[in-house]
Amino acid sequence: MTFVKTKIELSKLNDGDILEVLLAEGEPLENVPRNAKEQGYNVLSVEHVEGTTHRVTIKK
Amino acid sequence: MAEKKKLSIIAFSGDFDKLTAVFTLGTGAAAVGYEVNIFFTFWGLDAIKKKQGRSFTGGNWLTKIFGFMMGGLKVTPTSRFNFLGAGPKIFRYLMKKNNVATLEELVEAAKVLGINMYACEMAMHVLGLTKDDFIPEVKDVLGVASFLNLSDGGQTLFI
Repeated sequence: MTFVKTKIELSKLNDGDILEVLLAEGEPLENVPRNAKEQGYNVLSVEHVEGTTHRVTIKK
Repeated sequence: MAEKKKLSIIAFSGDFDKLTAVFTLGTGAAAVGYEVNIFFTFWGLDAIKKKQGRSFTGGNWLTKIFGFMMGGLKVTPTSRFNFLGAGPKIFRYLMKKNNVATLEELVEAAKVLGINMYACEMAMHVLGLTKDDFIPEVKDVLGVASFLNLSDGGQTLFI
């Protein structure tokens, strides 16, 4: 579901816009960057924020 | 060129838990690039009605009873542990607590992700509904032959 929401937000952006996704460790952390890359988006970074939360920065 | 992956789902059940599965699978697949078709039949038609909430729709008294009993997404029962309507409330609470999307959010996501939604012609007639009774995102009203045609080459699930 995290990637579904990510995809929906990305579809609202213009080319070149940047989306920051805060997500949980585990499946979301594995799925979101991988699927974003597969779909042709540019994954700029994956950082640990705090606790189990991570930030994935994606450029359209 | 790789062929686009396709997933077709026959949404027969109108239960809260089964419809959640339908839309979770559909949106999950659509999000990773699948072409997704959902064929709503029989009880599943409840999920795509324009008029959400219980109402007396339909031409005769039998269909009006169905219109009342099938009140859309807010009142769908769970397939087990419904406890006169407490079931869905309990599951919605648990899902919210675990940050899982609600059924309404999943349906919205399905619309945004361009999932192809179809209504079953046979069930539609039996339950006294017309195409106008469904949400505008419903692409078409189909029969089995057309559905088999458009699901050909992909995976098909019956829920």
